[in-house]
Amino acid sequence: MSELAEEFPNVLCLDGDSASSTRADIFEKRHPDKFLQMGIAEQNMVAAAAGLATMGFIPFISSFAVFSAERALDQTRVAVAQPALSVKLTAAYSGILTGKTGKTHQSMEDIAVMRAMPNMTTLVPADGVEVRKMMRAMVLTPGPMYLRLTRDPSPTIFDEDYDFQIGKAVVLREGRDVTIISTGVQTVRALEAAETILAKEGISVYLLHVPTIKPLDEMAIVKAAQATGTVVTAEDHTIIGGLGGAVAEVLGENHPTLIRRLGIRDVFGESAPDGYLLEKYGLTPAHVAETVREALKATKR
Amino acid sequence: MAEANPTQEPATARRHDSAELAELHRLAQQVRADSLKAVANAGGGHVGGPFSATDMLVALYFKVMNIRPEEPAWEDRDRFVLSKGHSSIALYSTMAARGFFPREELMTFDKAHSRLQGHPDITKLPGLDMSTGSLGVGISAAMGIALGSKLKVKDGVRVYCMVGDGECQEGEVWEAAFAAMRYRLDNLIVLLDYNKIQQYGWPSEIPGKRYLTWGMETLPNQWRAFGWRVVEIDGHDMEAILDALYEAREQAGTGIPTCIVGHTVKGKGVSFMEDTIDWHARVPNEAELAAALKELGEE
Repeated sequence: MSELAEEFPNVLCLDGDSASSTRADIFEKRHPDKFLQMGIAEQNMVAAAAGLATMGFIPFISSFAVFSAERALDQTRVAVAQPALSVKLTAAYSGILTGKTGKTHQSMEDIAVMRAMPNMTTLVPADGVEVRKMMRAMVLTPGPMYLRLTRDPSPTIFDEDYDFQIGKAVVLREGRDVTIISTGVQTVRALEAAETILAKEGISVYLLHVPTIKPLDEMAIVKAAQATGTVVTAEDHTIIGGLGGAVAEVLGENHPTLIRRLGIRDVFGESAPDGYLLEKYGLTPAHVAETVREALKATKR
Repeated sequence: MAEANPTQEPATARRHDSAELAELHRLAQQVRADSLKAVANAGGGHVGGPFSATDMLVALYFKVMNIRPEEPAWEDRDRFVLSKGHSSIALYSTMAARGFFPREELMTFDKAHSRLQGHPDITKLPGLDMSTGSLGVGISAAMGIALGSKLKVKDGVRVYCMVGDGECQEGEVWEAAFAAMRYRLDNLIVLLDYNKIQQYGWPSEIPGKRYLTWGMETLPNQWRAFGWRVVEIDGHDMEAILDALYEAREQAGTGIPTCIVGHTVKGKGVSFMEDTIDWHARVPNEAELAAALKELGEE
């Protein structure tokens, strides 16, 4: 983001007292005049950002997902989404891996909430390369946007020549037996499941990464379902209303297909080490593989 | 920082000529009449709050704000945010009188396809500086606009924001108040329409009368506690309103935002609508409308 601010002088970063956690402090060091500390007052931060947007700035809100998406939801709705102002909500600490901060800080619902909001472009990157390209697109494209980030870096799966486009899903593997549709860091785990587990079992996976939840690449999703006839969705998010919900909506209308949704099964999280959480809440590559096998069994019936 | 008695006399009190004041009073009565006719025509809307806000709105739009009705997007204009957005009809009637759009358009208020939505909608009506309606949001946005103005070094621009007293129960108002002090927004002027009645409120010792729970001093003192420069006036005394506003826009360099507390009467202007929750949002019937318009000087 610091680099973007060099190129685009009207980019601002507003922080809700979380910069040392979200690393927005790096931005503050390089661009102290464009970093606005707004304190532990997220509702004011979001609506003030709307005011700044009317003055020609492109404000990025930096906070934790639970606060960006949920605490300031009314302000997001009436001051940002309804007037369609170019405020960019960045939401760190999304999903289940939030250090050991536990359930209050684990946002499992934010994709569901944001995609139900008219005018809110919803972006969920898989790795650091995709984040950088997304942020550039966010500056260049007007309108309200939500960017879902994680606390810790994930393994890189994209090259620098990856042509990210808002609204375009990406086919990562073109298999024939089963389709996995995933988003965010869960794509990295789905890819690992496809390459290291399922390939060895002779299961050929069609893997579709959906970085833009809204606007949804409906054609790519239908095409992915048509390729194999069995779909597994995967996300570090509740199975209700997120990517799984979106895919079920699209396929239900266009190409009814058996779906199995992998994600958080409508429960809140807890404080624990990362490995334990991924295992207990069913997000590991092994869980992805198991869900694929179940889905295939169900299709054959 | 000037500080003294709670009802301080503005240091730079101007003498206004009586013709000017008479004209402003006439305009305010016209705004009230137009607002009431629009609400009646729409079959719904707020009345009490628009009426208590009207005198301050007229002063702003006709004398104080640096605006161009024919060029509503003029970059260096003063901004106004009606944070108590449900009083929209008073703002619309004032804007119409000032020349932003024809007065006839007021009859489209709250109707389908109208630019005059129930609460101000920046996507529909040029001349608005922010969409509002959810209480507390407007003052945050106004604080953001004032901050943006400072960042762009627009020294001449002033940002005005009207809040309601019930609205000040929203925590977000105090988030904004704190942030405005923190960012030294002396270009931000809040007008508090202190009519001491909200939609339903609390029971009082007078049977049938419901009020805000706070006493006369509490709310202005809360603004003082946040460090703001607080000026208390009679919100229906046009001279006092003008004096307070002219002084408020000369605070550059102080680093302190101003809150003008306008002591007002909900429903001001029509005797049977004054000082009651009954006319917070109510449609006058034919007889009520006729009686009200008569009191407002319209036959």
